[in-house]
Amino acid sequence: MLSRTADNLFWLGRYAERAENTARLVDVTLRLASAPSGQPAEGEGSAWHSAIVSAGCEETYYARYNTAVAQAAIVHLVFDRENPSSIVSCIDAARRNARIVRTAVTSVLWEALNTLWLEFDRRAAEAVAHNDIAALLDWITTSSMTIRGAAVETMLRGDAYWFLQLGTYIERGDNSARILDVKYHVLLPDHAPVGSAVDYFQWAALLRALSAARTYGYVFKRPIEARYVAELVILHPEMPRSLAACLGQAQRYLADLEGAYGRRHACQELADARVQRFAELTVDDVFAFGMHEFLTEYVDRNNALTKAINEAYLVYGPEDVVAQPAAQMQEQR
Amino acid sequence: MVDAPLRVFFNEMYGQDGTVRPSYRRIADWLAATPPDVVELKRQEAEFLFRRIGITFAVYGAGGDPERIIPFDIVPRVIAADEWALLTRGLEQRVAALNAFLHDVYHDAEIIRAGVVPAAHVRTNPSFREVMVGVDLPHLVYSAIAGIDVVRTGPHDFYVLEDNLRTPSGVSYMLENREMMMRLFPELCGQNGPLPIDHYPDALLGTLQSLAPVRCKGEPTVAVLTPGLFNSAYFEHAYLADRMGVELVEGVDLFVDDDDVVFMRTTEGAKRIDVLYRRIDDDYLDPEVFNADSILGVPGLVRAYLAGNLGLANAIGTGVADDKATYIHVPQMIEFYLGERPILNNVRTHDCSNPEALAYVLDHIGELVVKEVQGSGGYGMLIGPAATKAECAAFAAKLKADPDGYIAQPTLALSASPTFVADGVAPRHIDLRPFVLSGESVTIVPGGLTRVALPEGSLVVNSSQGGGTKDTWVMPPAAGG
Repeated sequence: MLSRTADNLFWLGRYAERAENTARLVDVTLRLASAPSGQPAEGEGSAWHSAIVSAGCEETYYARYNTAVAQAAIVHLVFDRENPSSIVSCIDAARRNARIVRTAVTSVLWEALNTLWLEFDRRAAEAVAHNDIAALLDWITTSSMTIRGAAVETMLRGDAYWFLQLGTYIERGDNSARILDVKYHVLLPDHAPVGSAVDYFQWAALLRALSAARTYGYVFKRPIEARYVAELVILHPEMPRSLAACLGQAQRYLADLEGAYGRRHACQELADARVQRFAELTVDDVFAFGMHEFLTEYVDRNNALTKAINEAYLVYGPEDVVAQPAAQMQEQR
Repeated sequence: MVDAPLRVFFNEMYGQDGTVRPSYRRIADWLAATPPDVVELKRQEAEFLFRRIGITFAVYGAGGDPERIIPFDIVPRVIAADEWALLTRGLEQRVAALNAFLHDVYHDAEIIRAGVVPAAHVRTNPSFREVMVGVDLPHLVYSAIAGIDVVRTGPHDFYVLEDNLRTPSGVSYMLENREMMMRLFPELCGQNGPLPIDHYPDALLGTLQSLAPVRCKGEPTVAVLTPGLFNSAYFEHAYLADRMGVELVEGVDLFVDDDDVVFMRTTEGAKRIDVLYRRIDDDYLDPEVFNADSILGVPGLVRAYLAGNLGLANAIGTGVADDKATYIHVPQMIEFYLGERPILNNVRTHDCSNPEALAYVLDHIGELVVKEVQGSGGYGMLIGPAATKAECAAFAAKLKADPDGYIAQPTLALSASPTFVADGVAPRHIDLRPFVLSGESVTIVPGGLTRVALPEGSLVVNSSQGGGTKDTWVMPPAAGG
């Protein structure tokens, strides 16, 4: 497969996943902001500020707006084509990548993604007219699942599929780590102690953003507590949006590539070492290390893994540092 | 629901006497039996499908939707078996002569020495490529994929309007239009229907493989080289690569090593390329030789080509044979190289670089079609009968300023074929672009791209000017006509 094709597939996976995660994030923030949590409605301590930080949009948002307020944050995170991480930008980018590699994906996958792209503006206008952003977000999430379902159900299990999935899981791990970090590090206001009603409500919202509220109850059978939420979201390989699960999936697809190509690269070494470390990790280790430090390191190591994947597969030639326009186009936030 | 036969132009369905011509009987019966609202419903379905599948066409500088679909007319255009036999012979003859001409002008230039084609037309032509002088190509083929634009003016009168020998496009629409008709009207296209065309990609791949360099051993690796996503024909590049099962590459995917061998960058390392079906113009192909600013091409590609390590389709420098000034001489080429009389007509063409011809053109500008010698796609042309006095005057001024840059032709009465329009089915003017594949052997799949001028009375079929397309049916000999 062409290195550029693999690059497009990898980023198609990342952007489609990022669009869905941002939709989930905005949805949960809408709920948080409308609940009587005692949090300020706007500004630094508000749920909207934390959503902006979690989406990695702090810089672009505050370059344009002075303070975090619902309407501006929604516009910026959902509709603003000048924000490269907004949902609409991610859909555009996913579709652009897919269009370049049209023939490497199935027509079912392409048509699912193209439908999302074609209908977005109309759905967005409807959502604004009816003041029903939640319906739009719900549609985006469902469409994203249709796209992923199309990939899983129709694509040949080969390198095209593996690169697509690799991008999906690396992005998802990144998003789960960010959302957890924001809750832990940014969201909880100083005056609301750990274990308070506000704290509880926020953890519940985070679980909902990860579609894991019921899973938590099923696994732990106890009230929501930070320690157990952290265990679920970080360490549980059975939870499909956990850091451990995303890492495990990335390792698996890298192993598939190694098997098919008959060659091992630094990216396989990196992924294996990380999975090994996660297997031995307990939630006490995470807290002892420092949750924020741990999550920051996870995101950094994700970036290092992406770089190693890039070097092994996505750029190749005698002049290894050759600038690839396709790679330049991608937004590494 | 069918309009009265149009008498001024040759009507493909009704012919001269107003009765349905045998080759169109199937279409006429179908139109008579299908209520207009059903036809309209199918038309909408076709448009929806084209958009969802993403068969789009970018129009430069048009503003608005950057991904337009070319309007698709659901009434097929039919070519009878004997008509197609005539066309096939004429097309093979013409392309053989054009390839012989290209070989000649880059070698001994006998046709110039014989005084048949003026040297000025060749040597000072901006499309003449000095690097090609003395280069020997497999099977002496320069234009492996040629798109010849043909129009019809009467029962036996076919004229070639233009030879496209560089990177002709449209074949993906030919194939997709048939797919669409089979999907919408399987019973109409079924038994005793048109000859199949879906082997085109296989024929193209075979042609390309036959152009591999002599020293290539084993099965040659072929790829399609595209300028990228923003090219108006990108869909076609991707489509053909997919249907041939070869990689679609951009300049950045390729590199040429110190031994002048071309490789593509893959996830498993560098892979050697033997033949490129390039859809990039000469000027952008290799910044080492042509336009140095080109980021679309591959540095060293021409080196590899001249070293005999790469096959290119089409060859470099084919443009010298397909501009509108060279066009004038094609009938003489056929006689010079093949010793045959031309089967397809040339349109009488006034070369404005000749002062007498210029004077005639200026006097008759309101009756003529005036074209830029280097223009294409319907840009930069004047259709006298459809233009206002002011437009004619403005164009006359351009002509006087640069007579060498223009040719003029009489306005041809293009044939018309039934077409579905707002108020039912009515005749609209059409042309035809068949695709001629030349390699070890010559292949022409039965059909081509039929373009249709949708506005009533319009003679401009170019998709960049609002033209549409139709499925093109070549009928088997038994099916009459």
